[in-house]
Amino acid sequence: MSQQTRKDRTTHAGMTRRHFMNHLALGGASTLGAAHFLSTLEANAAQVQKNQKSCILVWLQGGAPTIDMWDLKPGSKNGGEFQPISTRGDFEICEHLPEIAKEMDSMSVVRSLSTREADHERGRYYMHTSFVPNPTVVHPTFGSVVSYELGSKRKELEIPSFVSIGGGSMSPGFLGMTHAPFVVDRRGQIQNAGMDGMDQQRLRQRLQMLGTIEDGFIRSERGDIGQAHKDVYTKAVNLMTSEQMRAFKADDEPAEVREMYGSHEFGNTLIMARRLVQTGVPFVEVQFPGGWDLHNDVFNTLRTQRLPMLDTGLAGLVRDLKQRGMLDDTCIVVMGEFGRTPRINQNVGRDHWATSWSALIGGGGLAGGRAIGETDADGLRVISESYLPGDLWATVAHALRIPLDTVHTSKRGRPMKIVNGGQPIQGLIG
Amino acid sequence: MLPKINNMVVLAALAGALSLPRICAADTEFSTGSSDPLIQYINEQITQTWEDNEVEPSEVASDAEWLRRVYLDIIGRIPSAEEVDEFLNDSSETKRSVTIDELLAHPDYVRNFTEVWTNLLIGRNTPDGTSRPGMQKFLRESFARNRPWNEIVYDLVTAEGHFEENGAVNFILAQLQGNANSEDYHVEATAKLTRVLLGMQVQCTQCHDHPFNDWKQNQFWEFNSFLRQTRRIDHERYDAASGQMVDDYSELSYRDFDGPVYYEMRNGLVQVAFPNYLGESFEERGINRREKLGKMMAYEDESQTVARAMVNRTWAHFMGYGFTRPVDDMGPHNTPSHPELLDRLSDEFVKSGYDVKQLIRWICNTNAYNLTSQFGEANEFDNPAAGEVPLFSHMYVKTMTAEQLYDSLLVATNAHASGAGNYERSEQQRMRWMQDYLRIFGGNEDDEPTLFSGSIPQALLMMNGPLVQKAIDAEKGSYLHSVLSNTSFRNDSARIQALFVSSLGRLPSRNEITQIKKLMQLSRDPLTAYQDLYWALLNSNEFIVNH
Repeated sequence: MSQQTRKDRTTHAGMTRRHFMNHLALGGASTLGAAHFLSTLEANAAQVQKNQKSCILVWLQGGAPTIDMWDLKPGSKNGGEFQPISTRGDFEICEHLPEIAKEMDSMSVVRSLSTREADHERGRYYMHTSFVPNPTVVHPTFGSVVSYELGSKRKELEIPSFVSIGGGSMSPGFLGMTHAPFVVDRRGQIQNAGMDGMDQQRLRQRLQMLGTIEDGFIRSERGDIGQAHKDVYTKAVNLMTSEQMRAFKADDEPAEVREMYGSHEFGNTLIMARRLVQTGVPFVEVQFPGGWDLHNDVFNTLRTQRLPMLDTGLAGLVRDLKQRGMLDDTCIVVMGEFGRTPRINQNVGRDHWATSWSALIGGGGLAGGRAIGETDADGLRVISESYLPGDLWATVAHALRIPLDTVHTSKRGRPMKIVNGGQPIQGLIG
Repeated sequence: MLPKINNMVVLAALAGALSLPRICAADTEFSTGSSDPLIQYINEQITQTWEDNEVEPSEVASDAEWLRRVYLDIIGRIPSAEEVDEFLNDSSETKRSVTIDELLAHPDYVRNFTEVWTNLLIGRNTPDGTSRPGMQKFLRESFARNRPWNEIVYDLVTAEGHFEENGAVNFILAQLQGNANSEDYHVEATAKLTRVLLGMQVQCTQCHDHPFNDWKQNQFWEFNSFLRQTRRIDHERYDAASGQMVDDYSELSYRDFDGPVYYEMRNGLVQVAFPNYLGESFEERGINRREKLGKMMAYEDESQTVARAMVNRTWAHFMGYGFTRPVDDMGPHNTPSHPELLDRLSDEFVKSGYDVKQLIRWICNTNAYNLTSQFGEANEFDNPAAGEVPLFSHMYVKTMTAEQLYDSLLVATNAHASGAGNYERSEQQRMRWMQDYLRIFGGNEDDEPTLFSGSIPQALLMMNGPLVQKAIDAEKGSYLHSVLSNTSFRNDSARIQALFVSSLGRLPSRNEITQIKKLMQLSRDPLTAYQDLYWALLNSNEFIVNH
């Protein structure tokens, strides 16, 4: 008995000693650590290329004026101030997106979204989950679906399988907090994960105390809850001490890489997203820094602030993924909760509009260079087949090899198809 | 007053543990001390299902286990070390029933039930144009005066006006967003009202007939028809500082509407629905429909649907599971686990004048509520988490809610000692501190309480977050400091015991003391050792569950 107890004390509490000591050896030697990590990243990348699919969602909070970005209407009274330019794809986009225009052979635009929800909260929910809000159930955001389907299969992953950079994404709903977005700020800081001021010895001491108390409760036979709690702590400690945590450090990238992404806040968060994907995280959501709810002064704001940052950042991401051979395994989706009114209002702004708008999508083996769907000359209506968020996410699910007939069961026992029965957009998967 | 933990208490507790009575069919010697005949009836009904299913109930919970549970369930927090000490030292045979009464008279009962019902009625994230303080004020006053539940329901269904002057309006306001003339405008309110107050999930029939019972599609739209004379009005005001219009207040207002609601069947046929409450139709023009609905629900419904829904939900609050699963999906398609008991409890609840405190008193005094959560071979089959029908032969373990966890941390650590002041102010401060806990532990208010859905950010918040850090820094005023500086705790064992009692509400076993003392010797100094012990206690699975 006492032999057993001694053994428990030295090895339990969620962390193998070897792991612990490895980390200890790395602590403080950050240059060495970074170098080591980079080689780990490269090694991981090879594996990712073979079999690991992932998705990066760039969220344009507020609802971007896609009529000024991806589906311009020159010659219409709704056309606004910008001119179209040609791209490497078979369509034109805004003149203030010249860098991403050069990568448009890899990306496509869906121009015929018609999504009915023009309220920020409802639209945000709808575009993230594929379901309209319903009082009886909270649907999981698509990142949680991916975490549930792919994350749990990636045993080597020590960090969470759904990361949201710069904000909260949406709820995991009935899939549970295990699949909630793991939120980090734009500098990659993780709340409460710091080991500041605590040495490894002290942490181990605490964990041994914890083990003594927890194991007693687990043995007392009250159900699975005691062990489930211990398992979560094991994961948390692994995270605190994991080398994979370096994926959050965009600053470790060489200067030329950061320049490629525009050397700004948005670019840095995209670098972080790429490092996370390289490490095996299957879903990363990036909140664009700066809102798109442009009821006033839309053209100036776009020209001087939003578009240059979006352009250089996104172009950097596509190029970087391409160079690393990761683009075919990494889906990119760029959208917000809705588009904006074709009509320009008296404040030279555009208001909420869900009837006819666009999203950018590509990578992950999806067809690039295509404009899918069409709106009329004034941008007021979709005049081709129209698409719902479920269709966009079905397209992503297809790219990630998540079967579309996957059914999850809500807490009330109601079976629900992922992506609300949406179908992959044929022009993108052909 | 600091807790007095001494060897006498240990001996008394151990003696108590050895002589815990067992409840079995032939011999119901256990009693909380209450002599209400209804409790006897409940015990017989539950015992009958044990016999029918051939399970043996678990033993009666120890005083320590039971006290922590009843505190969490009634007043939403763990007992302080002092409260544990007092209860364990009390040798009265009626101490459990006396404690139940005391807790029902405690101000924290009002706060706890206000929180629980605010979350149920408007959610943890307050929707736009909804006043959380208004909702809370209405509920606080209602629970404080122990208003009859049917009167509360009547107000929630029929209220009109300003969202702070008449807080009851916030329930329906929270469900009304978007365009008031849209056919969907009242859909969420219809679904929420029927589900939360009537325990009926008619929302399936919004689009089609119910798959498992006789409810037709018209039922949803008949309820919906009652709510059509309702809309929100959001008032703005000019803000001189910013030069812009800003939100001022919202109100729930009458909307001119008469006649039927039109809805489309799956085959494309359009149908009409007039207000109809479980068979009684109201087709005449010029009536106030919400008032009719409120009257039917609160006073005229012979099937007592409101009472049954409340009994079922309250039972689930205390026992972990209700008589139906989900607790708010009652109806002909979902036979309750204990139909006669549910009928009788609902009848008695109505007869008591919809007395919520009386309902709680009955439940907490039952044998079932007083059993330990430990199970054995004789009843491991009674496992609702695995899909079995609950037999209540042992207590089911519940995860603390975000609010319970936060309030319990304050009790265990004394971090709230500095938070004195008036109610509004301390509540505001508490809300600020709580944001992290709500965001990270909040989850979904529809979760079954027995569901464990832990996440890494939750563990990180508990391990390294500012509240726990502060709790163990042993500064003056903290509980840890008071234990370490009090000379009446003469040795390590006494101090270890004190820390167990304040966090887990129980004394450590001899084996635990031995193991912990050994570990403490490895620490660099005694203070570090105690800090680490308290950290471990607060972070343990035993702390975060209500068992």
